[in-house]
Amino acid sequence: MSRPSLPVRLLRGFGRFWYDFLVGDTPELFVATLVIIGVVALLSLRAHANGLAVVALPVLAILALGLSVGRAARRR
Amino acid sequence: MIAATVSSGVVVLVGAVFLAASVEMVEALTIVLAVGHTRGWRSALEGTGAGLVVLTALVALFGPALVRVPLDVLRLVVGGVLLVFGMQWLRKAILRASGLKARHDEDAAYRAAVAELERAPAAQRDHVAFVMAFKGVFLEGLEVVVTVLTLGTSAHRLGLAATTAGVAIVVVGVVGVVVARQLSQVPENAMKMTVGILLVSYGTFWTGEGLKVHWPGSDTMLLGLAVIYLAATWAAIGLLRSRRGGAVEVAA
Repeated sequence: MSRPSLPVRLLRGFGRFWYDFLVGDTPELFVATLVIIGVVALLSLRAHANGLAVVALPVLAILALGLSVGRAARRR
Repeated sequence: MIAATVSSGVVVLVGAVFLAASVEMVEALTIVLAVGHTRGWRSALEGTGAGLVVLTALVALFGPALVRVPLDVLRLVVGGVLLVFGMQWLRKAILRASGLKARHDEDAAYRAAVAELERAPAAQRDHVAFVMAFKGVFLEGLEVVVTVLTLGTSAHRLGLAATTAGVAIVVVGVVGVVVARQLSQVPENAMKMTVGILLVSYGTFWTGEGLKVHWPGSDTMLLGLAVIYLAATWAAIGLLRSRRGGAVEVAA
């Protein structure tokens, strides 16, 4: 089995860094962020409900954080 | 009013970058000191230099490119990245403060690095020491680079963010070299919690800006968000501690 070329190794390393950076051992936080962006985009860009978007963003982030912390606490 | 708005944004930016860079610098310095003391300073400094050169090249490559991205897109992407990254930091900080996760201990990190280095055979050209110092500086530095580029470009203050990170690195470097192996005295866990709160606040703010959300009070809302997340963090720690009967177990 030949060793991959330098560009391939660099590309893999780059991909691995971003995967570890954004997903790592907390995939739920990555998914939650995508959901938060989707919900706030609907509220702000489609429904033009700015007040709801202002409240929803931090509330959903706190909810996601709470669920992730709760998940970790149950596993320990 | 404008001065107050600008200064609150600047204060949060400088605070977040300074603390994030300091924390990462402490971790990188611990590894470099372990390599230097165990295997000699030549390879440790060569690895450190190589890591800094690669990081500088990355900043030179991606910094100007990021400035050309449309602002709304940049803020949405940066906001999302900071939100994920900040929540990861805050999650760890909450678990550590409530005793559910071992606190980061630079003494333990130092001992682990020394043990790993002592297992490797010595050589004239110390490849193991070079690679370990390089990886320590590069990986910890990469997080500083991402923080500086994302926060700096979104706020149109890349120069300020880079200067702040530079000052933090120099300050921690000088203090670290002077006190050598006393880096465990740095209140790293408290700093990480503060960085987590600031990164989530910035992430929330820029995600909203990228999605055309109009924040009440404009940039001043950053401080409001920081207070909200601080309150939520305290509440979570209090809840977890009370569920564990108030016992805080701290493993090294």
